Amino acid sequence: MFRQHPTLRYITARAGWYALTFLVAVTINFWLPRLGEANPVDTLMARVSGSMDAQAAREREESYLREFGLVQTDDTGKILRAADGTPLRTSILTQFLRYLRMSLQGDFGRSIVQHPRPVSDIILTALPWTLALQIPALVLGWFIGNGLGALAAYRRGVLDKVFYPVALLVSAIPSFCFGILLVYIFGVQLEWLPTLGGYDEALNPGFNAAFLSSAATYYILPFLSVFLLVVGGQAIGMRSMCIYELGTDYVRYAKLMGVRESTIVRYMFRNAMLPQLTGLALTLGGMVGGALIAEMVFSYPGLGLSVLTAIQSLDYPVITGCTLLVTTCVLVANFTVDILIGFLDPRIRAAREGEA
Amino acid sequence: MKLLRHLLRSPGFLVGALLLLATLLLAFLPPLLMELDTSRRAGLAYMPPTSGRWLGTDHLGLDMFALLVSGLRSSLYVGFLAGIVATVLGTLIGVYGGYKGGWIDDVLTACTNLFLVIPSLIVLILLSGSLQEGRSLTLIALFIGCTTWTWSARAVRAQAASLRSRDHVALARINGYGTLGIVCLHILPYLLSYLFMVFILQTASGILTESVISMLGLGPYDTVSLGNLLNQAIRNEALSDGAWWAFFPPMLLITVIAFALYVLNTSMEGVFNPRLRK
Repeated sequence: MFRQHPTLRYITARAGWYALTFLVAVTINFWLPRLGEANPVDTLMARVSGSMDAQAAREREESYLREFGLVQTDDTGKILRAADGTPLRTSILTQFLRYLRMSLQGDFGRSIVQHPRPVSDIILTALPWTLALQIPALVLGWFIGNGLGALAAYRRGVLDKVFYPVALLVSAIPSFCFGILLVYIFGVQLEWLPTLGGYDEALNPGFNAAFLSSAATYYILPFLSVFLLVVGGQAIGMRSMCIYELGTDYVRYAKLMGVRESTIVRYMFRNAMLPQLTGLALTLGGMVGGALIAEMVFSYPGLGLSVLTAIQSLDYPVITGCTLLVTTCVLVANFTVDILIGFLDPRIRAAREGEA
Repeated sequence: MKLLRHLLRSPGFLVGALLLLATLLLAFLPPLLMELDTSRRAGLAYMPPTSGRWLGTDHLGLDMFALLVSGLRSSLYVGFLAGIVATVLGTLIGVYGGYKGGWIDDVLTACTNLFLVIPSLIVLILLSGSLQEGRSLTLIALFIGCTTWTWSARAVRAQAASLRSRDHVALARINGYGTLGIVCLHILPYLLSYLFMVFILQTASGILTESVISMLGLGPYDTVSLGNLLNQAIRNEALSDGAWWAFFPPMLLITVIAFALYVLNTSMEGVFNPRLRK
């Protein structure tokens, strides 16, 4: 079947590759936190056992051990014990397989600090905020940055002289510094915009005018901090790509032939675009990291803030749940860009059809 | 020598080198000239800068200038160590795969691409999060180096692969040089300027990554670094108190170092690559 459908084969091969990457990411996500000594059951017990007598504490500990899959149980859920009464621990491999199964079902376990709130619940409340902030900022920033970069390369002159050093400086400012500056200037000094949180705390989240307008004013600064950085970074890359394209033979030839300028720009833009798209795939992981930091600086109620609070309170299930989700999103985005490039790049398209 | 003259004539190189020199001086000169104490209280919390205390005090009343100088040293140390680790790892993997080719190359490339798409910040969060105490500067630097080598491996591999089919390499092979000999004598020397540029970029990213990790509260334990200073300032309401001296100087230093290294890299690219030299 694949022989007749090179496109299908290409997509399947990429999908297989990303599935492998996902597996590695899940494995890292499982093993790294277990390098430390912190054991979720001990952490939980330390939080609750103070007010309990020994019997209640033991029962509670057993229920936690069962919940985190640390002990072997029979079919009825009773803990299996060795001859001397100590519960039989499950092997780390069993725990990993259980973790893998649960993760694939979207079950990330329960939070330690907000026990028994499921991690997936925490993530689901945070995720819309993150998506609403990041996707428009990244996509808009990418388009506007590339447009500006191409313009600067083509027009040169004043625009380029002013714009290029500014973009270079902006892209050297780490995202969190940029966020802090925005908070300090527009939030604290000028008091134009609110700085901390995603909406006015006095309002209840819901689809009404008061809440939405409050959310909109809280949105401006975090959005700007992500957006401007993406614009700066993309514009620099696009500018140098376009300058390179301007010097190539086909552009010179087209100019000599008297081809209309708008047509040349169109050819050039399409050629310069591809490396930018590939670059997007590669920098996406880094961008998401920077965007998470922006959320932390602004206390924006998204995933970044969830990770930050979880780190501060050593809430491992929440940390790993969030990191796994972020990794998955980055992988999915990369996969999409990969497929897109496969269709847009005539060289890859030709190689594919040539193989068939 | 000619290369050096070209470098000195490039304005970007001069700006970058001067900025870098200035930060190095700030990191290593003051401790020789005056007494800097980062543990004794010098006044009340968030006292504004005066002529005696150049940068005021932090939330505990410690001297901000002393903290800044010692933080700068830590950040530079982490950055350079992480840069070395990442460059060495990336070079080993990239050169070996690029020169050898075949299935070894396929496997190494696959590994590199794999870790390239998994966000390194996430891996770093998990890695430093699993350790509580004992997160020393050196350990953080090693972590950073081990998570950011991927793109340098990719870049170096491409360069090494293009060298593989050159005549002088083929000649060396005919003359019976082993892999190690060829790589050390006939491939690495050609990559030297390139590797230096990779190292500079890796150092910049190491310094930035350290500050991000420290901002999250996962930085070096019990040590002052630029990122830790920022983390402390943000957590202790320096922003709403208007104590700009607690967060602005570390931010400025991080930006200046990163900018200096980027500019150095770009200007060297222009000098080392004759095609770009006009």
